[in-house]
Amino acid sequence: MFLINCPYCGERDQQEFKAGGEAHIERPKQPTELSDDEWAEYLFMRKNIKGVQFERWNHAHGCRKWFNMVRDTSSDEIKAIYKMGEKPPSQ
Amino acid sequence: MRNKYSVFSLIKNALSYHENWQRAWKDPAPKKEYDAVIVGGGGHGLATAYYLAKKHNMNNIAVVEKGWIGGGNTGRNTTIIRSNYLWDASAGLYDHALKIWEGLSQELNYNVMFSQRGVMNLAHNLQDVRDLKRRTHANRLNGIDAVYLSTEEVKKFCPIINTSPDIRYPVLGGTLQRRAGTARHDAVAWGYARGADAMGVDIIQNCEVKGIKRNGDSVEGIETTKGFIKTKKVGVVAAGHSSVIANMAGLRLPLESKPLQALVSEPVKPIIDTVVMSNAVHAYVSQSDKGELVIGAGTDDYVSYTQKGSHQIVEGTLNAILELYPIFSRMRMLRQWGGIVDICPDASPILSKTSIKGLYFNCGWGTGGFKATPGSGDLFAHTIANDEPHKLNAAFNLNRFVSGDLVDEHGAAAVAH
Repeated sequence: MFLINCPYCGERDQQEFKAGGEAHIERPKQPTELSDDEWAEYLFMRKNIKGVQFERWNHAHGCRKWFNMVRDTSSDEIKAIYKMGEKPPSQ
Repeated sequence: MRNKYSVFSLIKNALSYHENWQRAWKDPAPKKEYDAVIVGGGGHGLATAYYLAKKHNMNNIAVVEKGWIGGGNTGRNTTIIRSNYLWDASAGLYDHALKIWEGLSQELNYNVMFSQRGVMNLAHNLQDVRDLKRRTHANRLNGIDAVYLSTEEVKKFCPIINTSPDIRYPVLGGTLQRRAGTARHDAVAWGYARGADAMGVDIIQNCEVKGIKRNGDSVEGIETTKGFIKTKKVGVVAAGHSSVIANMAGLRLPLESKPLQALVSEPVKPIIDTVVMSNAVHAYVSQSDKGELVIGAGTDDYVSYTQKGSHQIVEGTLNAILELYPIFSRMRMLRQWGGIVDICPDASPILSKTSIKGLYFNCGWGTGGFKATPGSGDLFAHTIANDEPHKLNAAFNLNRFVSGDLVDEHGAAAVAH
């Protein structure tokens, strides 16, 4: 349980948010040309990092907007929050 | 030679004030090389080592554990054992484990306190009723004992449940697996450790894996905090930290690690003599032999390795518990904790070879791995020894995420994940 600084609404309880998993997984540009292995990689395989991870969150019980977060999964400390489409901060 | 536990050994040791019991397992330094190394000294890892030594004559093996044995999810779960899963592959896997549980204390000469007190799953809406009836039929076709209970039968089996029709989630019925129940989780780890140690397995605690050495596509050994250990076969049974180990070998797994919480109350006199689980409101409860109510909550929905979990998850579970069991309204909770569970997209485990020769993974058990401990160890040992899966775990391979042949137990396994 922690506080999240929504880029649109400000600081709110994590309970208002929905975690959307790993960020920056790009949808394949040519889906029809993908092999089964590449589909599995896109759909299912995750880094699941212990440490600093880039992820998507949704302010589900607030503005309902999506945004990105850099969070240390070993301590739940939030390192950075940035809007969709913005470049991730370099680590 | 390992002394056998018996009533005679108890009397003999009582005469010397219980000061001369033999160590249950040794505390060896790692050798330079083993035929196989198991990474992770929880129940599943120790069971794997035990069956590798017992059934496959692999005695020159080691279990490496970063903390102490049974200190991870083995000691953090709610000890529920059942096999009433919907799909054939899961039914085969979990009932294989349940059959081993039934003779495990005798086999290990260690009382794992397996208690077949029954597990009841409640239905709270019409879809639950349909799902549970379907699962009951599926279970019976697979030779697993299951009965469907009406509301009155639920009340008769567990009288403290509030079956009033005017509660928020009324009890419309339930299923009962009588062979299901609970066991003492620590004893399972200790029993397997003692059994494996007696057959020559080295159990190395406080030994964290730092890297996996590969030679092309084969495993050569592992780097640990106690030095390099050479081995051609590495079986990873690291639960929530499976992805961490996989990343060391350059693999990605279809897992997300999340905190799952449980809590226990102060001890009270016997009040609930079975296990009751509710999928819809996500609350399950049983009573330990010490008298504590053992309550399982849900997972948080974000990746975290903190072994904590959010307060509102516990609050939601306790709300549900109080509505179903008004008699518990003045119980005080003693302890709450979290464990890190590795969840697969289809909520089924992975017991599989990988693209790297000699590297095997047993992971993805998510919120329900304890019940499978003996079966998981047995089948994973088979997979490692023969470099081929047993027919019971063939469906639980990594390749199912490529082929699409998933074992989709999400929500179908009698409990929400």
